[in-house]
Amino acid sequence: MKIPVALVTGFLGSGKTTLVSRLLQHPDMGETAVIVNELGEVGIDHHLLRRVDERTVLMPSGCLCCALRGDLADELRDLKARRDAGEIPPFERVVVETTGLANPAPIVSTLLSEPLVTHHFRLEAVVTTVDAQHGLRHDESVGQAAAADRLVVTKSDLADPSAVIERLRRLNPGATLVEALFGDVEPAALFDGVREHDPRDLDYDESPEHAHEIRAFCVTFDEPLDWIAFGIWLTMLLQARGSDVLRVKGLLDVGADGPLVLNGVQHVVHPPEHLPEWPDEDRRSRLVFIARGIEREALERSLTAFCRAA
Amino acid sequence: MCVLCNVLASEHWAELEGGRRGRFMRVRLLNRVLAFYGLRLDDWSGRVWVLRDRKGRSAVVNDLGSLWVAAERLAGRPLDPLEPALVVAL
Repeated sequence: MKIPVALVTGFLGSGKTTLVSRLLQHPDMGETAVIVNELGEVGIDHHLLRRVDERTVLMPSGCLCCALRGDLADELRDLKARRDAGEIPPFERVVVETTGLANPAPIVSTLLSEPLVTHHFRLEAVVTTVDAQHGLRHDESVGQAAAADRLVVTKSDLADPSAVIERLRRLNPGATLVEALFGDVEPAALFDGVREHDPRDLDYDESPEHAHEIRAFCVTFDEPLDWIAFGIWLTMLLQARGSDVLRVKGLLDVGADGPLVLNGVQHVVHPPEHLPEWPDEDRRSRLVFIARGIEREALERSLTAFCRAA
Repeated sequence: MCVLCNVLASEHWAELEGGRRGRFMRVRLLNRVLAFYGLRLDDWSGRVWVLRDRKGRSAVVNDLGSLWVAAERLAGRPLDPLEPALVVAL
Protein backbone atom coordinates (compact mmCIF):
# COMPACT_ATOMS: atom_id res chain seq x y z
CA MET A 1 0.00 0.00 0.00
CA LYS A 2 1.25 3.44 -0.86
CA ILE A 3 2.10 5.75 2.00
CA PRO A 4 -0.13 8.86 2.11
CA VAL A 5 1.60 12.24 1.96
CA ALA A 6 -0.22 15.31 3.23
CA LEU A 7 1.06 18.67 2.08
CA VAL A 8 0.56 21.53 4.54
CA THR A 9 1.09 24.93 3.03
CA GLY A 10 0.13 28.51 3.84
CA PHE A 11 1.64 31.97 3.97
CA LEU A 12 4.25 33.10 6.50
CA GLY A 13 2.77 33.20 9.97
CA SER A 14 -0.54 31.65 8.95
CA GLY A 15 -0.28 28.83 11.48
CA LYS A 16 1.17 25.87 9.55
CA THR A 17 3.54 24.76 12.27
CA THR A 18 0.89 25.14 14.98
CA LEU A 19 -1.48 23.03 12.91
CA VAL A 20 1.12 20.33 12.25
CA SER A 21 2.17 20.25 15.93
CA ARG A 22 -1.41 19.76 17.10
CA LEU A 23 -2.16 17.18 14.43
CA LEU A 24 0.85 15.12 15.50
CA GLN A 25 -0.50 14.90 19.03
CA HIS A 26 -3.77 13.39 17.85
CA PRO A 27 -4.02 9.62 18.36
CA ASP A 28 -5.63 9.16 14.94
CA MET A 29 -2.51 10.46 13.22
CA GLY A 30 -0.59 7.31 14.16
CA GLU A 31 3.07 7.25 13.37
CA THR A 32 3.85 10.20 11.16
CA ALA A 33 7.06 11.30 9.53
CA VAL A 34 7.36 15.05 9.08
CA ILE A 35 9.38 16.86 6.46
CA VAL A 36 9.85 20.57 7.01
CA ASN A 37 11.80 23.29 5.29
CA GLU A 38 12.55 25.16 8.45
CA LEU A 39 13.19 23.81 11.90
CA GLY A 40 10.31 25.23 13.82
CA GLU A 41 8.44 24.38 16.94
CA VAL A 42 6.98 21.13 15.69
CA GLY A 43 6.82 18.77 18.66
CA ILE A 44 8.75 15.73 17.55
CA ASP A 45 7.87 13.36 20.37
CA HIS A 46 7.58 9.92 18.86
CA HIS A 47 7.47 11.36 15.41
CA LEU A 48 10.24 11.71 12.96
CA LEU A 49 11.38 15.10 11.93
CA ARG A 50 13.41 15.73 8.86
CA ARG A 51 14.78 19.00 7.71
CA VAL A 52 14.95 19.69 4.01
CA ASP A 53 17.00 22.44 2.53
CA GLU A 54 15.38 24.38 -0.25
CA ARG A 55 17.04 22.72 -3.18
CA THR A 56 15.28 22.99 -6.46
CA VAL A 57 16.28 21.04 -9.52
CA LEU A 58 15.27 22.74 -12.72
CA MET A 59 14.01 20.47 -15.43
CA PRO A 60 15.64 20.78 -18.88
CA SER A 61 12.67 22.59 -20.38
CA GLY A 62 13.32 25.34 -17.88
CA CYS A 63 9.87 25.91 -16.46
CA LEU A 64 10.52 27.46 -13.09
CA CYS A 65 7.01 26.85 -11.85
CA CYS A 66 7.27 23.12 -12.33
CA ALA A 67 10.84 22.64 -11.27
CA LEU A 68 10.96 19.29 -9.60
CA ARG A 69 11.64 19.52 -5.93
CA GLY A 70 14.62 17.20 -5.94
CA ASP A 71 15.15 17.71 -2.25
CA LEU A 72 11.70 16.43 -1.43
CA ALA A 73 12.04 13.40 -3.70
CA ASP A 74 15.42 12.56 -2.10
CA GLU A 75 14.00 12.84 1.39
CA LEU A 76 10.99 10.67 0.65
CA ARG A 77 13.13 7.98 -0.95
CA ASP A 78 15.57 8.12 1.93
CA LEU A 79 12.80 7.87 4.53
CA LYS A 80 11.37 4.83 2.79
CA ALA A 81 14.77 3.14 2.46
CA ARG A 82 15.60 3.71 6.12
CA ARG A 83 12.18 2.50 7.21
CA ASP A 84 12.59 -0.67 5.16
CA ALA A 85 16.06 -1.21 6.61
CA GLY A 86 14.68 -0.90 10.14
CA GLU A 87 16.84 2.14 10.88
CA ILE A 88 13.82 4.25 11.81
CA PRO A 89 10.43 3.26 13.24
CA PRO A 90 7.72 2.41 10.75
CA PHE A 91 5.48 5.34 9.82
CA GLU A 92 2.04 5.35 8.26
CA ARG A 93 1.89 8.83 6.86
CA VAL A 94 4.16 11.69 5.85
CA VAL A 95 3.34 15.34 6.46
CA VAL A 96 5.29 17.85 4.37
CA GLU A 97 5.24 21.39 5.72
CA THR A 98 6.32 23.92 3.10
CA THR A 99 7.86 27.32 3.62
CA GLY A 100 5.46 30.24 3.73
CA LEU A 101 6.54 31.48 0.34
CA ALA A 102 6.49 28.14 -1.43
CA ASN A 103 4.50 27.66 -4.60
CA PRO A 104 2.76 24.32 -4.07
CA ALA A 105 2.75 23.39 -7.79
CA PRO A 106 6.34 22.03 -7.98
CA ILE A 107 5.78 20.04 -4.80
CA VAL A 108 2.55 18.56 -6.13
CA SER A 109 4.40 17.84 -9.38
CA THR A 110 7.08 15.91 -7.48
CA LEU A 111 4.48 13.86 -5.63
CA LEU A 112 2.58 13.05 -8.82
CA SER A 113 5.27 12.55 -11.43
CA GLU A 114 8.57 11.47 -9.89
CA PRO A 115 8.48 7.73 -10.66
CA LEU A 116 10.39 6.58 -7.58
CA VAL A 117 8.14 8.70 -5.39
CA THR A 118 4.83 7.71 -6.97
CA HIS A 119 5.77 4.04 -6.66
CA HIS A 120 5.72 4.24 -2.86
CA PHE A 121 3.78 7.39 -1.96
CA ARG A 122 0.47 8.99 -2.88
CA LEU A 123 -0.62 12.60 -2.44
CA GLU A 124 -3.33 12.48 0.20
CA ALA A 125 -4.39 16.12 0.46
CA VAL A 126 -3.19 19.66 0.04
CA VAL A 127 -4.06 21.54 3.24
CA THR A 128 -3.67 25.34 3.21
CA THR A 129 -3.76 27.55 6.29
CA VAL A 130 -5.05 31.11 5.90
CA ASP A 131 -5.09 33.45 8.85
CA ALA A 132 -8.22 35.48 9.51
CA GLN A 133 -6.21 38.57 10.30
CA HIS A 134 -4.14 38.88 7.12
CA GLY A 135 -6.15 36.80 4.68
CA LEU A 136 -4.92 36.63 1.11
CA ARG A 137 -2.81 39.72 0.75
CA HIS A 138 -0.06 38.19 -1.35
CA ASP A 139 0.03 36.36 -4.68
CA GLU A 140 1.73 33.42 -2.97
CA SER A 141 -1.09 33.00 -0.50
CA VAL A 142 -3.71 33.15 -3.28
CA GLY A 143 -1.88 30.39 -5.17
CA GLN A 144 -1.63 28.30 -2.02
CA ALA A 145 -5.34 28.69 -1.27
CA ALA A 146 -6.26 27.86 -4.87
CA ALA A 147 -4.24 24.63 -4.71
CA ALA A 148 -5.99 23.46 -1.53
CA ASP A 149 -8.24 20.45 -1.06
CA ARG A 150 -8.81 21.63 2.51
CA LEU A 151 -8.67 25.22 3.75
CA VAL A 152 -7.97 25.90 7.41
CA VAL A 153 -8.86 29.39 8.62
CA THR A 154 -6.73 30.25 11.65
CA LYS A 155 -6.52 33.04 14.23
CA SER A 156 -10.23 33.82 14.28
CA ASP A 157 -9.67 34.95 17.87
CA LEU A 158 -7.67 37.89 16.52
CA ALA A 159 -9.98 38.99 13.72
CA ASP A 160 -13.48 38.34 12.43
CA PRO A 161 -12.94 35.56 9.86
CA SER A 162 -16.15 36.15 7.89
CA ALA A 163 -14.58 38.30 5.15
CA VAL A 164 -11.70 35.86 4.66
CA ILE A 165 -14.08 32.90 4.62
CA GLU A 166 -16.28 34.57 2.03
CA ARG A 167 -13.29 35.34 -0.15
CA LEU A 168 -11.98 31.77 0.15
CA ARG A 169 -15.37 30.30 -0.74
CA ARG A 170 -15.40 32.36 -3.92
CA LEU A 171 -11.77 31.66 -4.74
CA ASN A 172 -11.80 27.90 -4.20
CA PRO A 173 -15.38 26.64 -3.91
CA GLY A 174 -14.26 23.01 -4.31
CA ALA A 175 -12.18 23.00 -1.12
CA THR A 176 -13.70 22.12 2.23
CA LEU A 177 -13.20 24.90 4.74
CA VAL A 178 -12.66 24.44 8.47
CA GLU A 179 -11.84 26.92 11.20
CA ALA A 180 -9.18 26.02 13.74
CA LEU A 181 -7.97 27.91 16.79
CA PHE A 182 -4.41 27.02 17.75
CA GLY A 183 -4.40 24.15 15.28
CA ASP A 184 -7.27 22.38 17.01
CA VAL A 185 -8.83 20.32 14.24
CA GLU A 186 -9.70 16.66 13.84
CA PRO A 187 -7.40 14.89 11.35
CA ALA A 188 -10.50 13.32 9.76
CA ALA A 189 -11.73 16.80 8.81
CA LEU A 190 -8.54 17.31 6.81
CA PHE A 191 -7.80 13.90 5.36
CA ASP A 192 -11.01 11.86 5.04
CA GLY A 193 -12.86 11.82 1.74
CA VAL A 194 -10.51 14.17 -0.09
CA ARG A 195 -10.55 12.00 -3.21
CA GLU A 196 -14.23 11.11 -3.10
CA HIS A 197 -15.26 13.58 -5.79
CA ASP A 198 -18.38 15.03 -4.28
CA PRO A 199 -20.16 16.72 -7.20
CA ARG A 200 -21.34 19.42 -4.82
CA ASP A 201 -17.74 20.63 -4.89
CA LEU A 202 -18.45 21.80 -8.43
CA ASP A 203 -21.81 23.31 -7.65
CA TYR A 204 -21.89 26.81 -6.25
CA ASP A 205 -23.23 30.27 -6.76
CA GLU A 206 -20.89 32.22 -8.91
CA SER A 207 -20.52 35.73 -7.66
CA PRO A 208 -18.63 38.34 -9.60
CA GLU A 209 -15.50 39.63 -7.94
CA HIS A 210 -13.93 42.42 -9.85
CA ALA A 211 -11.76 43.85 -7.13
CA HIS A 212 -9.39 40.93 -7.57
CA GLU A 213 -8.76 39.58 -11.01
CA ILE A 214 -8.52 36.02 -9.72
CA ARG A 215 -11.88 34.33 -9.66
CA ALA A 216 -13.46 30.90 -9.76
CA PHE A 217 -16.05 29.97 -12.32
CA CYS A 218 -17.73 26.84 -13.54
CA VAL A 219 -18.06 25.85 -17.19
CA THR A 220 -20.66 23.22 -18.09
CA PHE A 221 -21.21 21.30 -21.31
CA ASP A 222 -24.40 19.42 -22.16
CA GLU A 223 -22.84 17.27 -24.89
CA PRO A 224 -20.05 14.72 -24.26
CA LEU A 225 -16.60 16.23 -24.72
CA ASP A 226 -14.10 14.83 -27.19
CA TRP A 227 -11.25 13.67 -24.94
CA ILE A 228 -8.58 14.07 -27.63
CA ALA A 229 -9.69 17.63 -28.35
CA PHE A 230 -9.94 18.38 -24.63
CA GLY A 231 -6.39 17.14 -23.98
CA ILE A 232 -5.01 19.23 -26.84
CA TRP A 233 -6.98 22.27 -25.70
CA LEU A 234 -6.04 22.07 -22.02
CA THR A 235 -2.33 21.39 -22.59
CA MET A 236 -2.23 24.34 -25.00
CA LEU A 237 -4.08 26.55 -22.54
CA LEU A 238 -1.78 25.62 -19.67
CA GLN A 239 1.31 26.29 -21.80
CA ALA A 240 -0.01 29.72 -22.82
CA ARG A 241 -1.77 30.72 -19.59
CA GLY A 242 -0.45 28.28 -16.96
CA SER A 243 0.56 30.97 -14.52
CA ASP A 244 -2.95 32.45 -14.74
CA VAL A 245 -4.77 29.14 -14.26
CA LEU A 246 -4.27 28.47 -10.57
CA ARG A 247 -6.53 25.46 -10.47
CA VAL A 248 -8.69 23.36 -12.73
CA LYS A 249 -10.97 20.67 -11.42
CA GLY A 250 -13.87 18.82 -12.92
CA LEU A 251 -15.99 15.86 -13.89
CA LEU A 252 -15.99 15.24 -17.64
CA ASP A 253 -18.46 13.32 -19.76
CA VAL A 254 -16.24 11.72 -22.40
CA GLY A 255 -18.90 9.28 -23.56
CA ALA A 256 -18.10 6.51 -21.05
CA ASP A 257 -20.44 5.10 -18.37
CA GLY A 258 -18.93 7.25 -15.65
CA PRO A 259 -17.14 10.60 -15.69
CA LEU A 260 -13.45 11.32 -15.94
CA VAL A 261 -12.08 13.17 -12.92
CA LEU A 262 -9.71 16.01 -13.70
CA ASN A 263 -7.62 17.86 -11.14
CA GLY A 264 -4.79 20.25 -11.87
CA VAL A 265 -2.70 22.84 -10.04
CA GLN A 266 -1.13 25.35 -12.43
CA HIS A 267 0.83 23.31 -15.01
CA VAL A 268 0.48 20.11 -13.06
CA VAL A 269 -2.40 17.80 -13.91
CA HIS A 270 -3.12 14.69 -11.85
CA PRO A 271 -3.43 11.56 -13.99
CA PRO A 272 -7.14 11.61 -14.94
CA GLU A 273 -9.23 8.94 -13.27
CA HIS A 274 -12.33 7.17 -14.62
CA LEU A 275 -15.21 6.77 -12.18
CA PRO A 276 -17.38 3.68 -12.81
CA GLU A 277 -20.54 5.76 -12.53
CA TRP A 278 -21.75 9.34 -12.10
CA PRO A 279 -22.06 10.44 -8.47
CA ASP A 280 -25.45 12.12 -9.07
CA GLU A 281 -28.15 12.73 -11.66
CA ASP A 282 -26.34 15.60 -13.32
CA ARG A 283 -24.29 14.08 -16.14
CA ARG A 284 -23.05 17.24 -17.76
CA SER A 285 -19.33 17.93 -17.95
CA ARG A 286 -18.46 20.44 -15.26
CA LEU A 287 -15.15 22.25 -15.03
CA VAL A 288 -14.18 24.69 -12.32
CA PHE A 289 -11.38 27.12 -13.08
CA ILE A 290 -9.64 29.38 -10.61
CA ALA A 291 -8.00 31.82 -12.95
CA ARG A 292 -6.60 35.30 -13.33
CA GLY A 293 -7.87 37.50 -16.13
CA ILE A 294 -9.63 34.75 -18.10
CA GLU A 295 -13.28 35.06 -19.09
CA ARG A 296 -15.60 32.11 -18.81
CA GLU A 297 -17.25 32.86 -22.15
CA ALA A 298 -13.87 32.86 -23.92
CA LEU A 299 -13.03 29.45 -22.45
CA GLU A 300 -16.41 28.03 -23.47
CA ARG A 301 -16.15 29.32 -27.02
CA SER A 302 -12.60 28.05 -27.40
CA LEU A 303 -13.19 24.55 -26.01
CA THR A 304 -16.37 24.19 -28.05
CA ALA A 305 -14.45 25.17 -31.22
CA PHE A 306 -11.72 22.61 -30.48
CA CYS A 307 -14.28 19.84 -29.89
CA ARG A 308 -16.14 20.69 -33.11
CA ALA A 309 -12.93 20.70 -35.11
CA ALA A 310 -12.03 17.19 -33.89
CA MET B 1 1.71 15.20 -15.12
CA CYS B 2 3.20 18.57 -15.81
CA VAL B 3 2.44 19.66 -19.36
CA LEU B 4 5.75 21.44 -19.61
CA CYS B 5 8.12 19.21 -17.72
CA ASN B 6 6.85 15.80 -18.58
CA VAL B 7 10.33 14.41 -18.96
CA LEU B 8 10.14 11.84 -16.20
CA ALA B 9 6.63 10.65 -16.77
CA SER B 10 6.14 7.55 -18.85
CA GLU B 11 3.12 8.83 -20.74
CA HIS B 12 1.51 12.23 -20.95
CA TRP B 13 -1.83 12.44 -19.13
CA ALA B 14 -3.64 13.74 -22.20
CA GLU B 15 -2.40 10.85 -24.37
CA LEU B 16 -3.32 7.97 -22.10
CA GLU B 17 -6.21 6.75 -24.20
CA GLY B 18 -7.17 6.24 -27.80
CA GLY B 19 -4.42 3.93 -29.06
CA ARG B 20 -3.26 4.24 -32.69
CA ARG B 21 -6.53 5.70 -33.87
CA GLY B 22 -6.37 8.27 -31.08
CA ARG B 23 -2.85 9.18 -32.11
CA PHE B 24 -4.00 9.67 -35.71
CA MET B 25 -6.99 11.81 -34.66
CA ARG B 26 -4.75 13.83 -32.34
CA VAL B 27 -2.29 14.68 -35.12
CA ARG B 28 -5.17 15.62 -37.43
CA LEU B 29 -6.65 18.10 -34.95
CA LEU B 30 -3.23 19.40 -33.95
CA ASN B 31 -2.52 20.19 -37.60
CA ARG B 32 -5.72 22.23 -37.85
CA VAL B 33 -4.58 24.25 -34.85
CA LEU B 34 -0.92 24.51 -35.84
CA ALA B 35 -1.80 25.58 -39.42
CA PHE B 36 -3.08 28.83 -37.92
CA TYR B 37 0.50 29.52 -36.82
CA GLY B 38 2.14 28.31 -40.06
CA LEU B 39 3.29 25.04 -38.51
CA ARG B 40 2.87 21.40 -39.49
CA LEU B 41 3.18 18.19 -37.49
CA ASP B 42 4.09 14.73 -38.84
CA ASP B 43 3.90 11.47 -36.99
CA TRP B 44 7.19 9.65 -37.23
CA SER B 45 6.75 5.88 -36.99
CA GLY B 46 4.11 6.28 -34.30
CA ARG B 47 6.73 7.15 -31.70
CA VAL B 48 7.63 10.83 -31.96
CA TRP B 49 6.30 13.86 -33.78
CA VAL B 50 8.24 16.18 -36.07
CA LEU B 51 7.13 19.80 -36.01
CA ARG B 52 8.05 22.03 -38.97
CA ASP B 53 7.66 25.66 -39.91
CA ARG B 54 7.57 27.22 -43.38
CA LYS B 55 11.21 28.20 -43.23
CA GLY B 56 12.22 24.56 -43.02
CA ARG B 57 13.08 24.59 -39.36
CA SER B 58 12.00 21.53 -37.42
CA ALA B 59 11.87 20.06 -33.94
CA VAL B 60 11.35 16.51 -32.74
CA VAL B 61 8.81 16.34 -29.90
CA ASN B 62 7.70 13.45 -27.73
CA ASP B 63 4.34 14.54 -26.40
CA LEU B 64 1.83 17.36 -26.06
CA GLY B 65 3.85 19.00 -23.30
CA SER B 66 7.03 19.41 -25.32
CA LEU B 67 5.02 20.13 -28.50
CA TRP B 68 3.62 23.44 -27.23
CA VAL B 69 7.04 24.57 -25.98
CA ALA B 70 8.61 23.84 -29.39
CA ALA B 71 5.66 25.35 -31.28
CA GLU B 72 5.93 28.57 -29.32
CA ARG B 73 9.63 28.74 -30.17
CA LEU B 74 9.11 28.12 -33.91
CA ALA B 75 6.10 30.43 -34.15
CA GLY B 76 7.91 33.13 -32.20
CA ARG B 77 4.83 33.90 -30.14
CA PRO B 78 2.58 32.27 -27.55
CA LEU B 79 -0.04 29.87 -28.91
CA ASP B 80 -3.13 30.88 -26.98
CA PRO B 81 -6.22 28.72 -27.55
CA LEU B 82 -8.42 31.64 -26.42
CA GLU B 83 -7.20 33.86 -29.26
CA PRO B 84 -10.45 34.88 -31.02
CA ALA B 85 -8.98 34.59 -34.54
CA LEU B 86 -7.89 30.99 -33.86
CA VAL B 87 -11.33 30.11 -32.48
CA VAL B 88 -12.92 31.51 -35.65
CA ALA B 89 -10.39 29.71 -37.89
CA LEU B 90 -11.23 26.34 -36.32
